[in-house]
Amino acid sequence: MTSETIAGPADAGTDAAASPHGHLQAQVRWRWVEIAFWLATLLPFVLTPDYLVLASQIAIAGLFALSLDLILGFSGIISLGHAAYFGVGAYTAGLLSVWGWGEPLSGLLIAGLVTGLFGYVTSFVIVRFRHLALIMITLGLGLLLQEAANSAGWLTGGFDGLQGINTWPILQTLDFDLYGYTAYSYSLAVLFVIFLIARRLVHSPFGLALRGIRENNHRMPAIGAPVHSHSRTIYTLAAGIAGIAGALLTETTQTVSLEVLGFQRSADVLVMLIIGGTGRLYGGLVGAVVYMVARDQFSGLNPQYWYFWIGLLLIGVVMFLPTGILGGVAFVAERLKAAVARKRPWTKAP
Amino acid sequence: MQKVVIGCACAFFGLALAALGLYPAAAADTIKIGLIMCYSGQFADTATQMDNAIKLYMKENGDTVAGKKIVIIRKDTGGIAPDVAKRLAQEAIVRDHADILAGWILTPNALAGGDVSKEAKKFMVVMNAATSIIITKSPYMVRTSVTTPQENYPFGKWVVQQGIKNVYTMYSGYGPGIDAQKWFAKGVVDGGGKIVGSVAFPVGNPDFSSFVERAKDLHPQAIYIWVPGGAQPAAIAKALAERGIDPKKTKILGQGELTSDSALKTIGDGGIGFLTTQNYDYYLQNPLNKKFVKDYQAEFHRTPDIFSIGGYDGMHLIYAALEKTKGNTDGEALIAAAKGMSWQSPRGPITINPKTRDIVQTIYIRRVEKTADGLRNVVIDTIPNVEDPGNPAYRGN
Repeated sequence: MTSETIAGPADAGTDAAASPHGHLQAQVRWRWVEIAFWLATLLPFVLTPDYLVLASQIAIAGLFALSLDLILGFSGIISLGHAAYFGVGAYTAGLLSVWGWGEPLSGLLIAGLVTGLFGYVTSFVIVRFRHLALIMITLGLGLLLQEAANSAGWLTGGFDGLQGINTWPILQTLDFDLYGYTAYSYSLAVLFVIFLIARRLVHSPFGLALRGIRENNHRMPAIGAPVHSHSRTIYTLAAGIAGIAGALLTETTQTVSLEVLGFQRSADVLVMLIIGGTGRLYGGLVGAVVYMVARDQFSGLNPQYWYFWIGLLLIGVVMFLPTGILGGVAFVAERLKAAVARKRPWTKAP
Repeated sequence: MQKVVIGCACAFFGLALAALGLYPAAAADTIKIGLIMCYSGQFADTATQMDNAIKLYMKENGDTVAGKKIVIIRKDTGGIAPDVAKRLAQEAIVRDHADILAGWILTPNALAGGDVSKEAKKFMVVMNAATSIIITKSPYMVRTSVTTPQENYPFGKWVVQQGIKNVYTMYSGYGPGIDAQKWFAKGVVDGGGKIVGSVAFPVGNPDFSSFVERAKDLHPQAIYIWVPGGAQPAAIAKALAERGIDPKKTKILGQGELTSDSALKTIGDGGIGFLTTQNYDYYLQNPLNKKFVKDYQAEFHRTPDIFSIGGYDGMHLIYAALEKTKGNTDGEALIAAAKGMSWQSPRGPITINPKTRDIVQTIYIRRVEKTADGLRNVVIDTIPNVEDPGNPAYRGN
């Protein structure tokens, strides 16, 4: 998986791939499949207007998974407590609204900034550790924050959740409706804008350096890459994005409770990312779609024992597609391509 | 190559969406009830008990009311998840065309559901969630369970009437525990007694010895305990016995969950003499309850509990309200029909207060005793017609 992402797309051409600059430029170019993917996200408006509320929560989960992918997939910073940032964003947006500022766009921005600041502060601890130690630290951070929010019932509303959230209409015209038209349009727009930023980021020299850190963080200083400061930057950014995802959930559902900080949410987002494929921008999005739609359908079929099917899905994906759905698809595509190249020796594989 | 990767992403997305489109449209002569509960996860057994009672009620009373067929749509929130609960409520209405929202086991979920009920003007029946403020979230909501203040406030007053003036309280430091302790303490103080000290312990606390020791040092006449069901009642009973607290001298008080059937099995004889407050127990000795328990046991091979009775009475309320409106499922019509409704439940006489839309019922004070059937909660006193003291609309009365 990793060698493939670094080597870049096969159709980049040998000349372009030769220089790092050319390689990056080739990656930045939009491909028709990407455009098709984003056009497909508009289909729910036409095909399944009854499912827009679910679609909006899928978009939010996808954004959250994208944020985790930036640190886990691209930089090798593993986290089992990413919901901490999601929750801080969710509570920031909620509190702003309770205190009388329910404007959604500025609410998102403020929540993103607050969470980014929190991410920056915690990143000083995070970047000092790798692997198992990091799992424990991020897990502990999530649990600590959840308990703190429980104890600070005067601020967070405690177990019952924050009450009195009222999101104003977007741009003073679009009110949040029962069918979820506004919720999905809004979530999708935010997801798209942030995706563009993330896409630009990972295809920049900084993004390349991050992948270098993921592959070998001891060697990177040798070529002059500041490992700690790069890691802190991406961690802060990812935290901010997670915060925006949390704020989106608060604004579209107008509820926040302790569960936004919970371990379950951290675990769910990790599962989505693993299902979709880590280290690929679209992995988190595909994972969110598959996982959330599967949950919705299975729990509709059997509200009591549906976790059985989810378990089966997870085992199946991990056993047969160890690099996620997109990883598996990439593997098959590579084999096909090689087979075609063998049959037609005149088209040289790069 | 990445083309193919992302192409497949599109295919997945498209397939997922196609799968969603295949739902049948609503039939005209049905009334759909969206049951939104935590069927999976930590609170799954609560949902099972409630669902059982709903099934039993429908078996006994048929599935047609006012000429329309009742269809139940079950939705799983999977534990505390107000965002999911809210989405499920929205989906129940826009996708499944549900007419009534019911179930609601956990407070955060019920609060989120209230928003949907208010916006969509749908009748909503809370069959368990016990925080006072829930009922204020939607004008189309009624409750058929109980509220935490409703159980604990009169209990606090009652305790003082029995000559117990000094009480120590210990409780789990999260929503329901904090709420229960607050209202119990208020009852004690309003009755003229005193809280000599209190401690909140962490939710998953495994060992209570040090907390019990602290309580013992203050020599209170009684200790009030609030812990969630599960393993904790037994753990705390063990700590009490080990620290030499004799329930005959120092009264042990609590909310019904402390001495529920499953808790008593693990507590054993150490629980004899515990005094608890609750709105229902399967050991209530009235003919209606005896029949209910017998039918329930015959059907599901276990005894009903407070969750069952909330679901059973909730279904009765829905049936009775629909009969009154002749099958009209309009939120305004149903809530008007439900207001002031009063009937005999296996738990005793109950009424829906027309002003607060909350339940008015008898609260039972029980003592754990060794009966011929084993350890049981035996009713030693009853407090009739208890309102929810936590309701803001009620406070003036």
